[in-house]
Amino acid sequence: MKILVTVKEVASAADDFEIEGTDIDERYLEYDLNEWDDYAVEAGVRIAEATDDAEVVSATIGPERADETVRMALAKGVDRAVRVWDDDIAAAELDVAAKTRLLAAVAAEEEPDLILTGVQASDDGYGATGVSLADELGFGWAAVVNQLDLDDDLTTASVHRELEGGVEELTEVDLPAVFTIQTGINEPRYASLRGIRQAQSKEIAVRGLADLGLDAGAVDSPVRRTGMTEPETQSDATYFDGDADEQASRVAEVLRDRGVVGE
Amino acid sequence: MSAGADAEGGVLAVVDHRRGELRDVSFEMVTAGRSLVDAVGGELHLAVVAGDVERFAEMLDVEGVDAVHTVADGEEFNHDVYATTVEALYADLEPEVLVMPGSVNGLDYAPAVANRLDLPLASGAVALSTDGGDVEVTRRIYRSKLEVTVAVEETPFALTVRDGAFPVTDNTGEAEIRPFEVAVDESALGSRVLGFEEVGEAIDVTYADLLIAVGRGIGSEENLELVERLAEVTGGTLVASRPVVDSGWVERSRQVGQSGQYVRPTVYLAVGISGAAQHVGQMENSETVVAIDRDPSAPIFDVADYGVVGDLFEVVPALVEQFEGDETDA
Repeated sequence: MKILVTVKEVASAADDFEIEGTDIDERYLEYDLNEWDDYAVEAGVRIAEATDDAEVVSATIGPERADETVRMALAKGVDRAVRVWDDDIAAAELDVAAKTRLLAAVAAEEEPDLILTGVQASDDGYGATGVSLADELGFGWAAVVNQLDLDDDLTTASVHRELEGGVEELTEVDLPAVFTIQTGINEPRYASLRGIRQAQSKEIAVRGLADLGLDAGAVDSPVRRTGMTEPETQSDATYFDGDADEQASRVAEVLRDRGVVGE
Repeated sequence: MSAGADAEGGVLAVVDHRRGELRDVSFEMVTAGRSLVDAVGGELHLAVVAGDVERFAEMLDVEGVDAVHTVADGEEFNHDVYATTVEALYADLEPEVLVMPGSVNGLDYAPAVANRLDLPLASGAVALSTDGGDVEVTRRIYRSKLEVTVAVEETPFALTVRDGAFPVTDNTGEAEIRPFEVAVDESALGSRVLGFEEVGEAIDVTYADLLIAVGRGIGSEENLELVERLAEVTGGTLVASRPVVDSGWVERSRQVGQSGQYVRPTVYLAVGISGAAQHVGQMENSETVVAIDRDPSAPIFDVADYGVVGDLFEVVPALVEQFEGDETDA
């Protein structure tokens, strides 16, 4: 059995930052493994650990810098990695369709039985690539999965989808399939020292458009960012000063005034 | 059966419902759809798929809607049925913009529809600008810390609308209701929805008088006792932000933020909550918001009516003391 996990290196903004053009100034960006993908990696590795003869392969679209993030996934139990990148990809602004084409090409080579992605990336937050990829490959899928069980002969999966308001949908999906994994589905492990050491010798294969049988048109993206702003804030809060007792007594006053204390 | 070609060049929005109720985002999508029609011309058509479609269609007959297409197929959402149906409606109506919800169910079919129709997708719109007929979509990135505008340089295109971002449209309209039939091969569906499950205790925190919300600032599970005690002496209901729930300290049914509950209490008392945008989005309609956090720049203070910048481990015990007196008096 082969499990493909998509792993994204995401950027986050430092507390204080400056905007440069349509993005945060590079100097104020920090990089890490996408939180949702961390749960997807854990889900994939756990399935592999419970299955004979299973391999977990990660797929990442990103520059050389992303190898650090990929190594993190390798240290947590991913067996080997594919990183998709070249000059044409670097020059493009990738929309959902472009990412779908790149990852579909990787999947076509790897022929996985199961693909796990995070629900969304914490940086651009489209929340769309996993399901789009499933459709492109003709796979089944389920989005926002917080429980995943595969049946013994690997023909179907039983999943819970986390809907709004504390309700879960119970769904059966035919395999092969793509599942977009929600945080909280498991407790992602920390990489062990041994895992970190082993990760150094695991393969990260770098693949460009030509390697994947794609041409430069594959990264054409009609969705283009035109501006960036900080959302408006309208802070007109009344602040309670003083020591903790004084502050508490003012808060208590508000609660009593609003008539919400009691019963 | 043809749904008619009047929407050509217009907007088709697929509404969202669950367990017998239209979700609010449906009426928010109408608002978004009306502004899109101003930009791209044509008519605004809605589609409602599965469930009690006739009843839904009557409710959806609101200002600015030209037609509601009803597809009676199944009771509940199934992404395979939705994807097939929307594909067929799209082929028939040829809209310029296809609008779908940014809900959890929207996440489960909108990307598939966009992919199979080869439509560029702009997801999670929180605002739209339609100056001069060019549509620009505002969306949130970097964990909702920043907003970007994106232009889609091709039409037609697909768009999803984030829950709670647009006002609802509700004045009665003059929409034509048109049943639409799609042949869905049930045996070919790759997924089957078997049922639903309420998570944890059945607790309706939506309209509670007093919600005491605890966030990451509480530090550890052991410290929860502090806010539990506060809930006890005030009669308030304890809820939590997503990180606290993900840590397993508070059960999922008490989660506010990011596919958790929308809440509108009389008073929302936020304790150790920084106020990530996905959290704020689900509690900002509370009547009164009181926030206690040590970080004066925490975004929660932007939506607070009253703010306490301080150490919750000092303020909360002091607050408990304020009400412990009540208990013994009573």
